[in-house]
Amino acid sequence: MKKRRLTLSQKRMINGYLFILPWLVGFIIFYVRSLILTTEFSFSKLTVKPTGGYDLEYVGWENFRYAFREHGTFKQILTTSIGNIVIDLPLIIFFSLFMAILLNRQFKGRTLVRAIFFLPVILNSSAIATAMELSAQMIAGGISAASQVATETTTAGVDVSYYIELFEDLAMPRTVLEYLVAAVARINNVITASGVQIVIFLAALQSIPGSMYEVAKIEGATAYETFWKVTFPMVMPHIITNVVYTVIDNFAESEVVTLSYNTTFTEFNYGLSSVFSLVSTAIICLILIIICGFIQKRTFYYN
Amino acid sequence: MSADAKSLKNKINVITSNPKFMNNTKGMASSLKKLIIKLFSFVVIVGICYVILAPVIGMVVNSFMSDTDAYNPMVYLIPEHPTLEKYKLAWQRMDYLKTMGRDLLYSATLMLIQIFICSMVGYGFARFKFPFKKFLFGCVVVMIVIPSHTIMLPIYMTFKNFDPFGLATLLTGKAVNLMSTPIPMYIMTIFGCGVRSGLYIYIFNQFFRGLPKEIEEAALVDGAGIWYTYFKIMLRNAVPAVITVAVFSMVWQYNDTFYSQLFNISEDIVISKKITTLQATIANLDKILDKTVQELYLDAGIVLVMLPIVIFYIVLQKYFIEGVERSGIVG
Repeated sequence: MKKRRLTLSQKRMINGYLFILPWLVGFIIFYVRSLILTTEFSFSKLTVKPTGGYDLEYVGWENFRYAFREHGTFKQILTTSIGNIVIDLPLIIFFSLFMAILLNRQFKGRTLVRAIFFLPVILNSSAIATAMELSAQMIAGGISAASQVATETTTAGVDVSYYIELFEDLAMPRTVLEYLVAAVARINNVITASGVQIVIFLAALQSIPGSMYEVAKIEGATAYETFWKVTFPMVMPHIITNVVYTVIDNFAESEVVTLSYNTTFTEFNYGLSSVFSLVSTAIICLILIIICGFIQKRTFYYN
Repeated sequence: MSADAKSLKNKINVITSNPKFMNNTKGMASSLKKLIIKLFSFVVIVGICYVILAPVIGMVVNSFMSDTDAYNPMVYLIPEHPTLEKYKLAWQRMDYLKTMGRDLLYSATLMLIQIFICSMVGYGFARFKFPFKKFLFGCVVVMIVIPSHTIMLPIYMTFKNFDPFGLATLLTGKAVNLMSTPIPMYIMTIFGCGVRSGLYIYIFNQFFRGLPKEIEEAALVDGAGIWYTYFKIMLRNAVPAVITVAVFSMVWQYNDTFYSQLFNISEDIVISKKITTLQATIANLDKILDKTVQELYLDAGIVLVMLPIVIFYIVLQKYFIEGVERSGIVG
C-alpha cells in the first residue's frame, strides 16, 4: 500500500502539536478538569469515604446561600481583600513607573541599586513572614500587640489627624485625604510588592528607540512634554502587563485565599471552600477585564 | 542603543550642557536645575534602599547578638559581644546541611524541568502554525490569571488517590496516596503546570518570536531536523530568557509555601517549613524560654535559610537584569 506523504506544512503542524503536547495534557488534566470539578463541588455536599474517593450529593445553591447569608466573616474578608488590591494597584503601578524612570538614568552604582530593588522579591517568603508574625505574637501577645499595630499604622507617632484637619480647612474632600494617608502608611507594602514591576518597566524603557527622544529634543519639547508625549505612550502597553501581574500576585497572598484554604483543610467543608474560591476568582477576573479594557482603549500600540 | 550612538549622545550632552557653548546665565540655571534633580533622585533612591535593607540589616545584626546584648539598650547596630552561638544552635536544630541540600536539589531539579518544558512549549507557540493556536495561547494566559487556590481541591483529591487510567489499582490493588511526597510537584511541573509555569511559557514565547527566522532556515537547509535545530541551536541562543526563567523559577520554587503545604511535603525537604517551627523547637527542646532571646535564634535561622538564594541571585543578577531587558517579558 502506498503511504500518502505529508506536506511540509502538515509536518510542521504535527511538530508544533508535539512541542506543546506536555503542556496541553497538563492543562486539560490540572486546569480544565479541576475547574469543572470545583464548580461541581460548589453545588454539592462532599463527603470523603474512609476507603478513599468521595461521594457527591447535589444540594443546589445551598453552599452559595450559606456563604453569603450565614457565614460570619466571608463577605467582610472578601471586600477588604479586594479593596486592598484596588487601593494598592494604582500606587504600585505609579511607584514602579517612577522608580523605573529614576533607575534608567546613568549614575554610579546603578547595578547595585537595581539589585537592591529586586531584593524584596527574593526575600518574599511567606514562611518567614509567618515565623516573624508568630514570634511577634509570642513576645507581645494579646492587647499590647493590638496597640502596637495601631501605633504603627499611624506612621511612627506623627499626629495624622492634625494634618488631616489642616487640609480639611482648605476644603479638600476627606476621602481623598484618607486615601493619601492610607497610601503613605502603605509605602512599605508598595515598595516590597513592586520589584518585578520595576524590572518590567525598566525593560520597557530600554526598548524605546533613542531616535524618538532626539526628535523630541530637536522639536524643542521640554522634559515634561517628552515624558507625556513619548515615554508614557510607549510604556502604556506594559502597564497592562503590570496591572495583571500586580492583581494576580496580591490576590494570591490575600486573606480570601487563606480563608478558603483553612475551610478546606481545617474545617473540611469542601463545598463551601469551592464557593469561596470561585466567587473570589470570578470577581478578580471581572476587575481585571474592566481595568484592562479601560486601559486598552487608551493604549497606543507602536507596532 | 549601540555604544557608538551612546557615546555620541554623551558628547552632545557635554557640549550642550557646557556653559561655554551656551548663554552663560541660562547655562547656570540649567546646571542648577540638573543638580537639584540629581540630588532629589539620590535622596529618593537612598531612602527607598534604606526601607528595603533596614529589616535585613536588623536581622543580621540581631543574629550575632549575645543574650546580654539583647537587653542592653546601648547596643545599636554593632553587637558588644558578638557570638556565633545562635547560628550553632539554629544550624543544629534545622539539621541545616542535610535539609538545605535536599531543598536545593528539589528546587533545582524542578527549575531544570521548568526550563526544559516551558521553553519547548514556548517555542512550539512561537514558531509553528497549527489550528487553534490563538485559542490555545489564550489558554496559557488564562492559566497565568487563574489563582492556584481555585484548582487546589481537585488537585489534592487527584493526588490523594492517584490512579491514572486505573493503573495503580491494577498493580497494587488500590489507589496510591502521593501526599507528603514531592512527586505531585514533579508530575505537575513535567506537564507544564508547576509554580507559575504559564508565565515562563509566555516569556519563552515572546523571546523566541523575537529571534530571526533565518537561523532556523539556515539549519534546515544544512539538513538539521526540527528537534536538532531546537536543542542544539535555538536553546543555546535563548540564554537570556533561560537565565530569567532560571532565577524566577528557583526563587519562587524555593519560597513557595502554597504547594508544599497543599501536598504536605515533608519539612525535611522544604526548609522554609522548618523555619516556621524553629522557635517552638528551640523553646521546647532547649528550654530557652526567654522570648527575646528566642527571637535572636529565629533571626539566625532566617539568615541561614535566606543565604543560598541570595548568593544564587547575586551570582546571576547581572545576567538576570540584562536578560529581562532582552528577553520576552516585554513583548
